[in-house]
Amino acid sequence: MKFTLSWLKEHLDTNATLTEVRDALTMLGLEVEGISNPAEALKGFVVGYVVEAVQHPNADRLRVCKVDTGTGVVQVVCGAPNARTGMKGIFAPTGSYIPGTDMTLKASKIRGEESNGMLCSSRELQLGDDHSGIIDLPAGTVTGQPAAEALGLDDAVIEIKVTPNRGDCLGVHGIARDLAAAGLGTLKPMKVDKVAGSYKSPIKWTHGYEAKPDSPCPIVVGRHFRGLKNGPSPDWLQRLLKAIGLRPISALVDITNLVTFDLNRPLHVFDARKLAGDLVMRQAHEGEQVLALDGKTYTLDPTIAVIADAKGVHGIGGIMGGEDTGVQEDTTEVFLEVAYFDPIRTAASGRKLGVQSDARYRFERGIDPESVRWGAEVAARLILDLCGGEASELVSSGVMPAWQRSYDLRTDRVKGLTGIDVPAAETAAILGKLGFAVSGNGPWTAAVPSWRSDIVGEADLVEEVTRVYGFDNIPTTSLPRLSATSKPVRNPMQRRVPQARRALGARGMNEAVTWSFLPRKKAERFGGGQADLCLLNSIDATLDTMRPSILPNLIDAAARNEARGLVDPALFEVGPQYKDATPQGQRTVAAGIRHNMAIPRNWAGPARAVDAFDAKADALAVLAAIGAPDNLSTQTGAPDWYHPGRSGAIKLGDRVMAYFGELHPEIAAAADFKGPVAAFEVFLDAPPLPKAKASKARSKLVVSAFQPVERDFAFLVDAAVEAEKLVRAARNADKVLITAARVFDVYAGKGVPEGKKSLAVAVTMQPVERTLTDAEIEAVSAKIVAAVTKATGAALRG
Amino acid sequence: MDDLSTIRSEALEAVQAAADLGALDAARVAALGKKGSVTGLMKTLGALAPEQRKEFGARVNQLKGEIEAALDARKGALSASALEAKLAAERIDVTLPARPESQGTLHPIGQVMDELGAIFGEMGFTWADGPDIEDDWHNFTALNIPPDHPARQMQDTFYLPSRADGMPMVLRTHTSPGQARTMLDKNVQKMLADGGSLRIIVPGRTFRIDSDATHTPMFHQVEGLVIDRTTHMGHLKGCLVDFCRAFFEIDDLPLRFRPSYFPFTEPSAEVDIGCSWKDGELKIGAGDSWLEILGSGMVHPNVIRNCGLDPAVYQGFAFGMGIDRIAMLKYGIPDLRAFFDADLRWLRHYGFSALEMPSLTGGLAR
Repeated sequence: MKFTLSWLKEHLDTNATLTEVRDALTMLGLEVEGISNPAEALKGFVVGYVVEAVQHPNADRLRVCKVDTGTGVVQVVCGAPNARTGMKGIFAPTGSYIPGTDMTLKASKIRGEESNGMLCSSRELQLGDDHSGIIDLPAGTVTGQPAAEALGLDDAVIEIKVTPNRGDCLGVHGIARDLAAAGLGTLKPMKVDKVAGSYKSPIKWTHGYEAKPDSPCPIVVGRHFRGLKNGPSPDWLQRLLKAIGLRPISALVDITNLVTFDLNRPLHVFDARKLAGDLVMRQAHEGEQVLALDGKTYTLDPTIAVIADAKGVHGIGGIMGGEDTGVQEDTTEVFLEVAYFDPIRTAASGRKLGVQSDARYRFERGIDPESVRWGAEVAARLILDLCGGEASELVSSGVMPAWQRSYDLRTDRVKGLTGIDVPAAETAAILGKLGFAVSGNGPWTAAVPSWRSDIVGEADLVEEVTRVYGFDNIPTTSLPRLSATSKPVRNPMQRRVPQARRALGARGMNEAVTWSFLPRKKAERFGGGQADLCLLNSIDATLDTMRPSILPNLIDAAARNEARGLVDPALFEVGPQYKDATPQGQRTVAAGIRHNMAIPRNWAGPARAVDAFDAKADALAVLAAIGAPDNLSTQTGAPDWYHPGRSGAIKLGDRVMAYFGELHPEIAAAADFKGPVAAFEVFLDAPPLPKAKASKARSKLVVSAFQPVERDFAFLVDAAVEAEKLVRAARNADKVLITAARVFDVYAGKGVPEGKKSLAVAVTMQPVERTLTDAEIEAVSAKIVAAVTKATGAALRG
Repeated sequence: MDDLSTIRSEALEAVQAAADLGALDAARVAALGKKGSVTGLMKTLGALAPEQRKEFGARVNQLKGEIEAALDARKGALSASALEAKLAAERIDVTLPARPESQGTLHPIGQVMDELGAIFGEMGFTWADGPDIEDDWHNFTALNIPPDHPARQMQDTFYLPSRADGMPMVLRTHTSPGQARTMLDKNVQKMLADGGSLRIIVPGRTFRIDSDATHTPMFHQVEGLVIDRTTHMGHLKGCLVDFCRAFFEIDDLPLRFRPSYFPFTEPSAEVDIGCSWKDGELKIGAGDSWLEILGSGMVHPNVIRNCGLDPAVYQGFAFGMGIDRIAMLKYGIPDLRAFFDADLRWLRHYGFSALEMPSLTGGLAR
C-alpha cells in the first residue's frame, strides 16, 4: 500500500515529521517497506523560461533556445516541436542525470550551435509516457523554481506492508486513524456529503438469490448519472495516482481508483448505455464467459459471483468489471456499483480465475460493509464535481451483513497477557480512537467498528491496546528457571542424531543436507514411489516424490562433485526417509557413501579403493556412537540397491540395525561413477534404548593379575563359510578363559585346495586365578579346534 | 720388571688402537684372557718369595685395573660413535607429508540446531519432533487457519494424496504443527494440569513451493512454545532477547518487537535485530538499521482450545524462525541454495569440525 505524506495529511491533522510518521507506522504494525521522494531525482532541475526560440541554422528539426534559468540565461539546442518563445518548461543544467535516457548531460555543440543543458519531456524525467514534446508549464509558474516543487512532486511516497488482517488500512483514511490513535495527530472526519438525486435511476439492482447477511453479495447500492463529460482527470488527481504508481485513465476511472485507495472503498462504473435493463447480483452459470477489463476472457462457474444484465455478465463480483460495458472518453451516462462481497468467496474466485486486482485485494481482506452507503455519496460528489451532469436517487438491493458485535475486556487482561501496565483511562481512550464504542471503566465492553472485521475476541482487544500503547513498553523478563539443574534438551533417542553426525564427521566424511524429495523413478529403484508419497503439486519432475532412502540423493551429490573435479567424495547425511505418509512412516537414518579411493596415492604406502568394509566400519562406528549393544551380527540380505554379493545387514537378533556394502553396479553405472562406491544406512531408531539406571555409577572394574595368552589357529574351510560363524565358535569354546578372537588372515590360492580358504584366527585367553600351564592352554586349544570344526567343518591347517 | 712395563704399554696400545668392539675384545683377551699377558704375570706370582710376591702382586693388580679402566673408556667411546653412525644412517626427510587422512565436516544446519539446543536447553526447553508429512488439520486448522482463510495464501503448500479418511495431506509449511502435537499429548496436558510449564523447541524441515535466489522448496525452522498459566509477552521478549544475544554472541544486541499478524498468535510480534550496512556488507549489532529475524506472539486462544486446553486457564507464547536464515546471518553464508547442493568446496569451507560441540560454557562457535 502506497500513499504520499501530503495525501496522509488530507486525513490527519499533524505536525509530525516524516521520520516520526515512519517510526509510528512500523510500531503500529504497518511496517514501512520504503520511503522515496521523487524530488530527489529532480534535484538541480528548475523551471526555465524560454526567452527566445529560433530555428537552428543547420538543422530543420532543431531550435536554438535562450533559456532563463532564474540565475542566468543559457543557450540550449532543443529538438521538441513545441519549443517556442515565451514558454516555461523544466530545465536540466549541464551535469544533470536524466533518468529517462540514463545519461548525464555535458556541454556540447550540436550542428555548430552551443547547447548547455536541456529542456525535458515527461518521459525523460520518468514522469509519464509523453515524449511528443517538452513539458509545457502554466505561464504563471515561477522561473527558477525547483522543478519538483513546480510539478507538485516534492512529496514523500510511503510504502507500507499491510498484514492480511488489516484490510481497513488499505485506504489512507484508515492509516490516518491508526496514527491518530497513536498520538500522531487528529483524524479528520471523512467528508460525506449527501448528494440528493434529481431523478429516478432507470437501472435498478436486483439479486438472483434471496440476499442474506452471509450471501456472496449481501448488499449493493448504486445510482445513475447523466449529462457527464468524461475526459482526463484534473492535475491534482493525476498527480496523486501517479505518485503511487497508478496510470491515470479518465476522470471516471480515476475517481473509482481514488476512492479505492483513499477510503478503501472499491467501486465500479458501467457505461449505462451499454447495459440492457436492470443489473442482477447472481452466481455465474456453468461455462458462462466474460471479457474482463484486463483484456482476458474468463470462463466462470456457479461458485463465482457476477454482475449481469439481461444480455450477460458484465463483471466478476469483487474482482473486475467487464470490458464491453467499461467507460470510455466519450461516456456520458454511467451506472455506479457500490457493493459488499464476501471475503472468502472473493478470495476463492480470484484464486480460481488467477486474477489479481485492487478490488479483489480489498474485498478478500474484508471492507467496511457500511461503506456501501457512504461510498455511493462520496463517489457521487466526486463525479458531479469533476464530470458535471446530474445524479439519480440511490437504488439498492439486499441486506446489510451482520457486523455488529462486542467483546468484554477484563481489567487485568492487558497486563496478564503482555506484562504492560496500561492505565485504565488510556485503555479506553485507545479503543475509542480506533473507533470502538467503549463502555465501563474496567472491565470494559467494546463494540467493534464496522471496518474491523479482524477483531473477534478479547485477545484482539489486548493487541489493539498494546500496539497503540507501544510494544516498546513490554517489559523484558527472562524466563524463570524450572529446576535447579539443567536438563538435557534432547532425550536419549534424539541425542542419537548429533552422536551419529559427529561420529561420521570424525571419520573424515562431509555432512550434506539434501532434499526430502527426488524423482519418482529414483524412488522406485530404492523401494519407494508409492502413490501416497508423490506430491500432487511438485515444482518439477525432479522433486516429485518423498525419498524412500537418503542414498539416491547422496549418489547424485557425489556425482555432481565428481563432475566438478572434486575426487573421492565421502558424503553422509543424517535425516528422514519416508516409508508412508504416517508419522511412523518417517525414520531417521544416517546414510553415507564413499566413492573411489579410501586412501589416495601417497608416498608412504599403497593407495586403496573403497570397499564394503569401509562402509561396514562406518556403520559400526555410528552404531557404537549411538550406544547400540555390541552383540550385533552381520548377515547377508541387504536391499537390492546394494551389490548382492558384496553387502550385508547388521542385525541385533532379527532386527536390522544397518545395511552396508558396495552399491549395485547398475546404480553406480547410472550415476556415471568410474570407481567403486561403498554405501551404508544406519537406522537410528533401531537399537533399543538402554534401560534407565538410577545411578550414573559404573560397574566395578575387575582386572586380572595374570598376563593374557594369545594363540594363533589356521583353519581350512569351505570358501562359503562365513568368518563371523567361525570366530563365534572359537570365541564361545570356553566362555571363562577366552576373551577375544579375531581373524588376522584370509588366504585362498596356492597351497589351499580349490573351493577352500584358510582363515587364521588369533584367540586371547585371559587367566583369572593363576597363570595357565602348557597343559591347560593345550586343553583350551583342543576345545577351540573341536568347536570350530563342529560349527564349520573346518580342519586345522598343518 | 721391564716385562711389566712392556706388557703395560703393549696392552694399553692395543686398547687404544681397537677400531671396533671386536678388536677391543681381542685386546682384552690378549691382556686379561686366560692366556693373556697380564694373566701370565699373575701365574708367575706363585714362584716368588713372599715379600717379593706381595710387592709384585700389587703392581700386577694395579696394571690389571689400569687396563680394565682403559677398556671401559675405549668401549664407551666406541659405542657412542657407533650409535652416532647408526642414527646418522637412520635419518629421514621429515618434510614429507603425513599419511593421508581426510578431514570430515559437519553441515551448518545441524551445527546451528545444536547451538539452539544449547541455548534453549539452558532455559529449560526440551526438543520435540514432528513429522514432515503432516495432515491439514495439524498444519492449518489446529493453528487457527481454517479452510479458505486468506492466510493460507501466504504459504504455497505442497500437497500429497489425501488420507483414506479424506484428510488432505501436506508437507508441513512450518514447524508450528509441532505446537499442536505437543499440546495434545496427554502426558503434557497432565503435566500442565499439575501446575507444570511446557517449554519446547521443534526444529526441523519445512517445505513451501518456492524456488529462487532466496527461497528453496525445503528449508529449516525452529518453533518455540511456552505454555503455562502466567507466561506473558514480557517473557516472550525476555526469552528472545536472551536467545538472540546468546546466539549472535553480542551482549548488547538491540532487539525491536513490532506488532504484526499471524493467525496462530494474538498479539503477534515480529522481531528485528539491530544491524548496520557498510559497503554493502551486513554487520549485526547496534547500528542504524533493523533486520527481521523471526515471528512470534502469544498463542491464540483458538489454538489453545483446538489443542484441548482451556484458554481461560492456559496461556503462553510461540515463535518461529528460519534456521538456515540465522545460520546465514551468523556465519556470513551468502546463498541459501548452496546449503542443499552438497558441493564439497562449500561443505569444507562453511562446515564445522566434529569436535566443535556448541555449549554455553564451552563456547557456541569458534
